[in-house]
Amino acid sequence: MRIEEHPILGPLEKKTIVKIEVDGHTIDAFEDEPIAAALMAAGISVFRYTRKKGQPRGVFCAIGQCTDCMMTVDGIANVRTCITPVKDGMKIRTQQQSGELRTAEQ
Amino acid sequence: MREIDLAIVGAGPAGLSAAIEAAKAGVEVVVFDENQKAGGQLFKQIHKFFGSKAHQAGVRGIDIANNLLEEVEKSGAEVLLDAVVWGTFKTDTLCVTQNGKNVMFRAKKILLATGATENVLAFPGWTLAGVMGAGAIQTMINVHRVLPGKRVLMIGSGNVGLIVSYQLLQAGAEVKAIVEALPTIGGYAVHASKITRCGVPILTSTTIKQAIGKEKVEKAVLIKLDKNLKQIEGTEQQLNVDVICLAIGLSPLSELAWMAGCEFADVQELGGFLPIHNDDMETTVSGIYVAGDIAGIEEASTAIEEGRLAGIAIAESLGFLNADEAKEKKRSILDRSEQLRAGPFGLSRRQAKEQLIRRSLK
Repeated sequence: MRIEEHPILGPLEKKTIVKIEVDGHTIDAFEDEPIAAALMAAGISVFRYTRKKGQPRGVFCAIGQCTDCMMTVDGIANVRTCITPVKDGMKIRTQQQSGELRTAEQ
Repeated sequence: MREIDLAIVGAGPAGLSAAIEAAKAGVEVVVFDENQKAGGQLFKQIHKFFGSKAHQAGVRGIDIANNLLEEVEKSGAEVLLDAVVWGTFKTDTLCVTQNGKNVMFRAKKILLATGATENVLAFPGWTLAGVMGAGAIQTMINVHRVLPGKRVLMIGSGNVGLIVSYQLLQAGAEVKAIVEALPTIGGYAVHASKITRCGVPILTSTTIKQAIGKEKVEKAVLIKLDKNLKQIEGTEQQLNVDVICLAIGLSPLSELAWMAGCEFADVQELGGFLPIHNDDMETTVSGIYVAGDIAGIEEASTAIEEGRLAGIAIAESLGFLNADEAKEKKRSILDRSEQLRAGPFGLSRRQAKEQLIRRSLK
């Protein structure tokens, strides 16, 4: 959920809206906001499933330190989504285990 | 490989303050930060700082950050963003990945101002999506303007827990409760009163027993603690929450200091293992300095003072300031730092810091 109004920070600044694809679904995002912020704004909270037990994980630290929020972005696995800016047309996938190696087509 | 006078890792309050002091004295400074924007964690501090006027009390962290950025720009120090420093070699060489490319820097002096990372608490369900650090929540709501959930349980009643709870209310969330394992509230009474007036209960001698949810947090189970911090069976209470926020402290981010071979000490009052440093902020490895949370978890105001101190000491050791000039500048900073570490909240940190500095003399 976006915080449109804020008593200290004022109204939400108008930013360029772009489209990104998450697991095949298209969502709106602000250009250059962290991927994790765009996903949370869209109500997505599970970002990956762990390697050994397949357990769900979401954002923990949001500043690039804990690596809990890693996803596969444009074919690259283990991208820290909390510090990676959104670009128009990005393809993001919920990461399974350690992610997959990129194939030649990608 | 590029050769420079001073390399600073981290463009938060400590790193930027050091850069400003050193560059003003004529030192060639490069600051590295892995983020897209400098300022460290100051931009999420939308509350007014406390303390004395000399420490910008009454000014919001976000404004302090903007002032620092303006000053650093004027000082002539270079700030490289999207630049991850992943290694220190031979104690004078930094390996950096900037915009996806690897580059090396050799510096006469290195200042590590890498900051801290949030502590976690293990309980059944602690890995569910929705269990987040208090700093993470602040980043999401105050910087990115996104609410991670609607109903929040806060763990920890220190100043961070109290202030972030208030900021969650400002952002439109409901804070169901703040729990504190100890019998007394950890933070300042002024913050505790403010949040209590807003109707948020602070439950002392209480902790979280379990987080319940399939993939993300749906409920939290609280339990009372006795005076030995043992859980009292039968006192469980369930809360419907979708976010559990951990405000239980920070630990210094010290990997680069380990790599450089700095000697460490375990100082609980300052957040755990941290590099031993002298009163010029220099570690046991000659030419490697530390400032800010890596040198002991304290406030942003302290990080600013320590950064300035390191910047001046480095400028002096490189011959850009003479001993008298440096001594006078350092004296005024030390006076201000002593004020910051006064009172019942600062005293233990001050004693721990003095002890750490004494160890460096051995």
